[in-house]
Amino acid sequence: MRKVYLSVIGFSLLCRFNAWSQTKTDTALVSKAPVSLYKPVTQDSSQYKPRSLRVDEIDLVSSYYQQSGNHSAIQGGMGDESVTDIANAIDINLVWLNNKLNKNTLSVGFGFDYHSAASQAWVSSTGASSPTGTRIYPSLDWTVENAKKGNSIGIGAYYSGEYNYQSLGLDLHFSQKTANKNGEFSAKLQGYFDHVKLIYPSEFIPQSTVINSVVTSASGTTLSSDGGHNRANIPSSPRTSLNASLSYAQMINSRLQVMFLGDVVTQQGYLGLPFHRVYFNTGKDTIEKLPSSRFKLPLGFRLNYFVGDNIILRSYYRYYFDNWGVKSNTVGLEIPYKITPFFSISPFYRYYDQSAAKYFAPYGVHSPTDEYYTSNYEYAKFRSSFYGVGFRIAPPNGVFGWQGMHELEIRYGHYTQTTDLVSDVISLNLGFK
Amino acid sequence: MIKHLARLLSLLILMITATSCVHLKEYQKSRLNDAEMALTNRKVEKNELNFQSYREAASGANSGKTGGGCGCN
Repeated sequence: MRKVYLSVIGFSLLCRFNAWSQTKTDTALVSKAPVSLYKPVTQDSSQYKPRSLRVDEIDLVSSYYQQSGNHSAIQGGMGDESVTDIANAIDINLVWLNNKLNKNTLSVGFGFDYHSAASQAWVSSTGASSPTGTRIYPSLDWTVENAKKGNSIGIGAYYSGEYNYQSLGLDLHFSQKTANKNGEFSAKLQGYFDHVKLIYPSEFIPQSTVINSVVTSASGTTLSSDGGHNRANIPSSPRTSLNASLSYAQMINSRLQVMFLGDVVTQQGYLGLPFHRVYFNTGKDTIEKLPSSRFKLPLGFRLNYFVGDNIILRSYYRYYFDNWGVKSNTVGLEIPYKITPFFSISPFYRYYDQSAAKYFAPYGVHSPTDEYYTSNYEYAKFRSSFYGVGFRIAPPNGVFGWQGMHELEIRYGHYTQTTDLVSDVISLNLGFK
Repeated sequence: MIKHLARLLSLLILMITATSCVHLKEYQKSRLNDAEMALTNRKVEKNELNFQSYREAASGANSGKTGGGCGCN
């Protein structure tokens, strides 16, 4: 008992000396003041400029994604759906303190994707549409954190632009810690205001709408009959998504913490895609038709546990249902193993299943009398597995000795669906301070 | 399925209440503050979550995006 008592006193003194040494910037003030181990840090602010804006962190995330499958929605539920996608994103976090010494964080993000999709070529009935496309997605978020009250409030805006799809998102978010700072409630209200360009399969394009054009692709390139390229003035249809996201995180003990998550999502507008074909049992094809509203309710939790000194269990479960008849379970488990305090290897596995939406049927099964119809296998009944491994390096003297780069993460995953869709994704994250 | 979910949630609540929440001091949070213990997605998962939300009908409740974007291909 005595040993424990002395250890605690020793540790306490050590902490106090450390705290004191870190504040020793104003030597004049320190020399005049009486020697005290409890001198508040706030008195020493003569040299400190808390309001200055500084770059807190920069993250670069790059991914390469490759997919193969044989259930292209563009061809009515059959056909090559190979995709490759290269994604690059940068996030810059700027921080400063305002007059009330509240921490302000401004996050500025920008992403750029380039993809190639075999199915996209078949927007044209001859397979002559462009199979490639690009997407840009800038974002902005401003959060003010009051450390004394333990709360934060912020606003955010996003944009995602492809030739055939524009999405504008806005959000308002709030969080409040419990009195003992062991729990935190968060709420986020989001609105996405999207526009879907009405690019139909070529056989459904009225000749009077696209003059001199025979092919229209999802990436926006329109091949004219004379072999040149032009961009038709294609109308668009709105899609609005409103989301309320709630979560509560709680520390259970020094090794275990849990978070409960729930979203309420409503969508209105054009919820299908105009270039998705459906083949009826009569052999005729048409364009996918889905209801103009959808309600989604996903509920989940995360449970993280630190086992011993170098193994962590990161678990996740989600139950989901919507009013289109989809019910789903998602279970994830990741086990980071710390080979050293600064280097970890993390194998992971994710299981997912879903029931079919009531509007889904495979190629050639729908009847022309059906009210709604789709052959997009996103709405089919299936199970999927996603497994792989990640590596994280975050040494105190910087990655590869470069002080500015504080973190490097690499992660590879292999994904399989019971619909025979298979994909691989490899991602790299570089964190700079 | 709902019964299964209710059972699972009951078990979780029972487990949490049985262990009870300890009032933790800041110095006791060293393990909880470890970057690997964060109750969020990893930054490196960003694009994985995107393709999952496009290939699967379910989305949300993962501190990520719940709407917007096409995923047309």
